[in-house]
Amino acid sequence: MNTQGKVFKYPDNVDTDVIIPARYLNTPNAAELALHCMEDIDTEFVKEVQPGDVMVAGWNFGCGSSREHAPLVIKTCKTGCVIAKSFARIFYRNAINIGLPILECEEAAEEINAGDEIKVDFDSGIITNITTGKTYKAQAFPPFIQNIITKGGLLVSLKED
Amino acid sequence: MAMTMTQKILAAHAGLEKVEAGQLISAKLDIVLGNDITTPVAVNEFKKAGFDEVFDKDRIAIVLDHFVPNKDIKAAEQSKQCREFACSHCVSHFYDVGKMGIEHALLPEQGVVTAGDCIIGADSHTCTYGALGAFSTGVGSTDMAAGMATGTAWFKVPSAIKFNLTGKLPQNCSGKDVILTIIGMIGVDGALYKSMEFVGEGVGSLSMDDRLCICNMAIEAGAKNGIFPVDEVTLGYLKGRSEREPVIYEADLDAEYEKTIDIDLSAIVPTISCPHLPENTHPASELGDIKIDQVVIGSCTNGRMEDMETAYRILKGNKVADGVRCIIIPATMQIYRDCVERGYITAFIDAGAVVSTPTCGPCLGGYMGILAAGERCIATTNRNFVGRMGHVDSEVYLASPATAATSALTGYITEPKEVK
Repeated sequence: MNTQGKVFKYPDNVDTDVIIPARYLNTPNAAELALHCMEDIDTEFVKEVQPGDVMVAGWNFGCGSSREHAPLVIKTCKTGCVIAKSFARIFYRNAINIGLPILECEEAAEEINAGDEIKVDFDSGIITNITTGKTYKAQAFPPFIQNIITKGGLLVSLKED
Repeated sequence: MAMTMTQKILAAHAGLEKVEAGQLISAKLDIVLGNDITTPVAVNEFKKAGFDEVFDKDRIAIVLDHFVPNKDIKAAEQSKQCREFACSHCVSHFYDVGKMGIEHALLPEQGVVTAGDCIIGADSHTCTYGALGAFSTGVGSTDMAAGMATGTAWFKVPSAIKFNLTGKLPQNCSGKDVILTIIGMIGVDGALYKSMEFVGEGVGSLSMDDRLCICNMAIEAGAKNGIFPVDEVTLGYLKGRSEREPVIYEADLDAEYEKTIDIDLSAIVPTISCPHLPENTHPASELGDIKIDQVVIGSCTNGRMEDMETAYRILKGNKVADGVRCIIIPATMQIYRDCVERGYITAFIDAGAVVSTPTCGPCLGGYMGILAAGERCIATTNRNFVGRMGHVDSEVYLASPATAATSALTGYITEPKEVK
């Protein structure tokens, strides 16, 4: 599995309230929610994002509320992957459970710039910045988590196992 | 190998003699919790995966608290979906309007959660129940669905930071000032993936409401859970409430901690967390003239009886400053009723405040106190992110009930005098 696309760059501590503001949480409909993805810090994201594009952020991405709507709207916007220096615990868990690929890589998150074209190989953890030619290696998931992702999410894996 | 208190609870629920930090385990759950925002997503996932039955109707709690009484048609549809699911599966701990409260105030009050439990909740502030000596952590809706179906959840066993509490809080401080001070020290990811274990001779001087408030905001330091040892205060609180027998776990004396941080409670001062991160803390006395438009006293962090008592002592016989809206929200119907019986509500109204039935409403910018552009609120809630309580150009300052109530009277962020 891999993705290739343009980078949207975000700072440290992007919280789930800005990923999807609670004022819209009166519906569980992902397509409706996704219209508001990131709007409190980046009104252009929803207009510009193309399938396969990548979010690159700093430390503690997805902190705050446990709302699963946050990784869900990022996935629904067809974002291919989120790369961050670190992820907040519940967001990390939710992303795996719903099948949004995420990678922790401090160096890549530091050096990759907004608008760069990058390619991410999830199996190897290799991130290639096509714009600059530089490659990075992110930490692979432990086998237990890889199993959930391969099976297509937590509930499917539970049913099958 | 020696274990922390959290590790002991996880080991027992995984059926293992020992666990160590980093180990992946599957643990049995005592309670699985969801609210009116997260349960609909969980129910959809539960059905989509083809599950027909919940693992135990008595071990699931569904609390309608975020947008109730419903703020609009869509919110009403979400509540309806929760209600129908709870009814069709005979969920015994289903709390609808009239008996609901803010979940993290309600479940301890009703004795649904107790010492020694292993609990997940599809709400990040589920970490609150660590105050009772339980392992309790926030998860998402898919984990809630899996928990409802199987009664188990996977965890990576956390390492821990030990907070050694000494001394006693000054009269104008409470648990909120303690946890804001700690978050200011270690940052919003200072305890990422870890347990925050609160120990030491200072613990005994903290009330259960203080402890619930402290554990409530462990997530604001990125922690997996916060936890207090079980002592006389805990047992006194649980007595006559707990539906199940409390189980007491203690950390091994030689348990390993990533680090130990000493907190002298007597040195704590009224503390404010300024926009737009909980770690941006300052002593209230050093902030200068910061004019406020709104005050919110409530939430799962500070809507408990002691918080109402503090607000009453400060507001009684006084007037909210001109130009300030003061919104007070008792966190459960029992607290609301107690406020009525004790005459607090009359005092709040006479002071110029408004009082709402329990709701999370304003804390997350849902309804019941949304801020316009350029407006500023001092709130006893738990997050001050961009746009958290309304417009992206509004500001939230986090504070204790004493500081918030005192500020309501002056119209500026003001350090409280002795109130306890």
